[in-house]
Amino acid sequence: MIRAIGAASAALVAAATLGTLAAVASKADALPRLTPSDWAAIRFTLTQAVLSAVVSVLLAIPVARALARRRFPGRGLLVTLLGAPFILPTIVAVLGLLAVFGNNGLISQVLQWFGFEPVHIYGLHGVVLAHVFLNMPLATRLILQGWLAIPAERFRLAASLDFSPADTLRYLEVPMLRAVAPGALLLIFLICTTSFAVALTLGGGPRGTTVELAIYQAFRFEFDLGKAALLALVQFGICAVAAVLILQAALPAGFGGGLDRTVERWGISTLGLRLQDAAVTVLAALFLVTPLAVIVADGLPRLLTLPAEVLEAAVRSLWVALVAAALTVVLALSMALLAEGRGAAWRGFIGFLGSLSIAVSPLVIGTGLFILLFPIADPVALALPVTALVNAVMSLPFAYRAVAPALAETDLLFGRLSASLGMSGWARLRLVVLPRLRRPLGFAAGLAAALSMGDLGVIALFAAPEQATLPMQLYRLMASYRMEEAAGAALLLLVLSLALFWVLDRGGRMRAVA
Amino acid sequence: MKNQILAATLMTLATSAMAEDLPVLRVLTYDSFVSDWGPGPLIEAAFEETCDCDLQLVGSGDGAALLARLRLEGARTDADIVLGLDTNLTAAAAATGLFAPHGQTTTNFDFPAAWDDPLFLPFDWGYFAFVYDTTKLADAPASLQALASSEISIVIQDPRTSTPGLGLLLWIEAAYGDQAEELWQGLSDNVVTVTKGWSEAYGLFLDGEADMVLSYTTSPAYHLIAEEDASKAAAAFSEGHYMQIEVAGKVASTDQPELADAFLSFMVSDAFQSVIPTANWMYPAVTPSGGLPQGFETLVTPDNALIFSASEAAEARDTALERWLTALTQ
Repeated sequence: MIRAIGAASAALVAAATLGTLAAVASKADALPRLTPSDWAAIRFTLTQAVLSAVVSVLLAIPVARALARRRFPGRGLLVTLLGAPFILPTIVAVLGLLAVFGNNGLISQVLQWFGFEPVHIYGLHGVVLAHVFLNMPLATRLILQGWLAIPAERFRLAASLDFSPADTLRYLEVPMLRAVAPGALLLIFLICTTSFAVALTLGGGPRGTTVELAIYQAFRFEFDLGKAALLALVQFGICAVAAVLILQAALPAGFGGGLDRTVERWGISTLGLRLQDAAVTVLAALFLVTPLAVIVADGLPRLLTLPAEVLEAAVRSLWVALVAAALTVVLALSMALLAEGRGAAWRGFIGFLGSLSIAVSPLVIGTGLFILLFPIADPVALALPVTALVNAVMSLPFAYRAVAPALAETDLLFGRLSASLGMSGWARLRLVVLPRLRRPLGFAAGLAAALSMGDLGVIALFAAPEQATLPMQLYRLMASYRMEEAAGAALLLLVLSLALFWVLDRGGRMRAVA
Repeated sequence: MKNQILAATLMTLATSAMAEDLPVLRVLTYDSFVSDWGPGPLIEAAFEETCDCDLQLVGSGDGAALLARLRLEGARTDADIVLGLDTNLTAAAAATGLFAPHGQTTTNFDFPAAWDDPLFLPFDWGYFAFVYDTTKLADAPASLQALASSEISIVIQDPRTSTPGLGLLLWIEAAYGDQAEELWQGLSDNVVTVTKGWSEAYGLFLDGEADMVLSYTTSPAYHLIAEEDASKAAAAFSEGHYMQIEVAGKVASTDQPELADAFLSFMVSDAFQSVIPTANWMYPAVTPSGGLPQGFETLVTPDNALIFSASEAAEARDTALERWLTALTQ
């Protein structure tokens, strides 16, 4: 039964990703060809995605370590805020970032007071900066999960062996990073590969053309569906190659089980280490929180006087988000269980499916679903359920990345014990797996819910006026010049997304705080 | 909460049951038209008062996305009317063969261009223009050329993803022809950045990220009328301004041809046209008998209106895009 659900989930994900791609390709009129500007877009996509992923993960490691080994007031809040940049609608994130780093941003204004030139943000470095802002927090969260998953007993053992911080790094932390960091790297690479509005705006113009923008162009400027499908396939290919390369570098970390005690750390109270962690935490917090603070400050004046239509849309979005979160958990857990205990090739294939939905262009998924649904049903009537489904599938890579390693670890540590007790199926799921997966499952559900709140993807292709979601209303307010109300709506979206993330994630994190 | 949902569901069922008796006219349009702050709700109410029908507006992206969707649906579309294409898209829209002649006899449109398209009927129009803040930019340039040779920063939209972006491309093409590429080279150092859509660009402009933004001559009317802020203005350029004429067409496969005709005739009547200025912030295609709202008389009116015919626009855009890409990626 559990296997059947897993197989159904895998099939659903395959249909929503590869199926939609095939649906778009089936509408092609002629054999498409790649032009020189498409190749330029491919090169730029690769460059910015590699840089963004590497920089995000490199910066996230010290931040995650500082958060893992320090307790300070506001730590919980900061960990929650780490979810924020990632879930912002593009337009809000771009405006927030430029209010800090732009020509007329805070930094430029301060520089000009002191007689310096304003910063010039537009270019490849701007694209990377924006992607680091959006994704470094996610990397931090994923790596922090890894740190918190190192059983307390290992640190206790390390302390009794009189490990120096360097020894701890070498024997406990680096193995954990080798298991966790490649996944984070891959995920951010994949996210940045499909980036488009951020890359264009921060890239300063057509130099910032990514493959996703070329897909958009093929779709709406040239109406060449064959070309759109080909480019989507190229994008998918880039992601597939990256997935194979990066995941080969990942090693499982298993090294004896623990009793889930609170992680207590010894030998890290030297002044140097404390200053280092404090500096890292403060810098990261400033980098992440300043643009958010701008969004909050802009939105506050209108937050309480938002039109009723915006509030109705917010309720609608909450429903979509909760349905998407529940679906994501089912998809991720059932696929991880399906992969468990299978051969490497089979596991790899399911992992591939679980990772790659983010590699398919959202525009192609939306269009493909439209092509598939249109002959059998009214896509407009299905707008909200389809949005929830697509969001669940799009959130799966994050969920799967959080759930699958934790499940593998559980199996490694408790598999023999539960097998010797004759536990299997639902009993094992309930007594062994679910309690141990609370943290990743809570994180996955929170992330999926928050992501769905902010998503504009397919709903824009499908919806009727009375089905507007909160991000749609936000864009509509902007399109009718109502920038101040839009700022209020953006803040509402931010608050609701974070609240959802916090509530769902909290269930899993509770035991980590002591 | 449960009760509310139940109530809402029952309401929906009840309304759809009531609506079942009425014929449904489905109008496919761009998203900002159907928005709660756009013309959609007002127009729906006004038409339903007279038509004894259920007018359903369905929104989908912008004009180009609308056309893409219609092409996907093809002859099986259940749209009766498509509203919101512009003259840069009508050649491609006509080529789909999905449209029937509009059959309306109205010819006295209040825009400075001739209109004899048998398939598409205009409902509003405007001029593209660069908008600026008069309190921050004292000397606005008087021509595209002057802008290109100035230090003034601008933010524009990508022609591949945005209607105004494509409008600027054709504006410069219409004004400069073979010299368009040189003008773009002159402009390239003025361009702070290029955005995906109008909203991002306008938001960046309002945040002070650039001196001017590509928008419409009617944009200052919003700030003046809705916000009582007279500080925004559009610069009048001596080369003339490119026009955007937005049109609607009747889908040939409609099962409600009479209703569709009634809607098109309603579209050029006062009831529809009087909603346009302060809901879509464009000029009505036929000035309503009450005239334009107060505040519109303050707007810049270009001496010279530029526009390509549908076929010229379709022919020009690929070359124009090449020139734009070359100039801005160097």
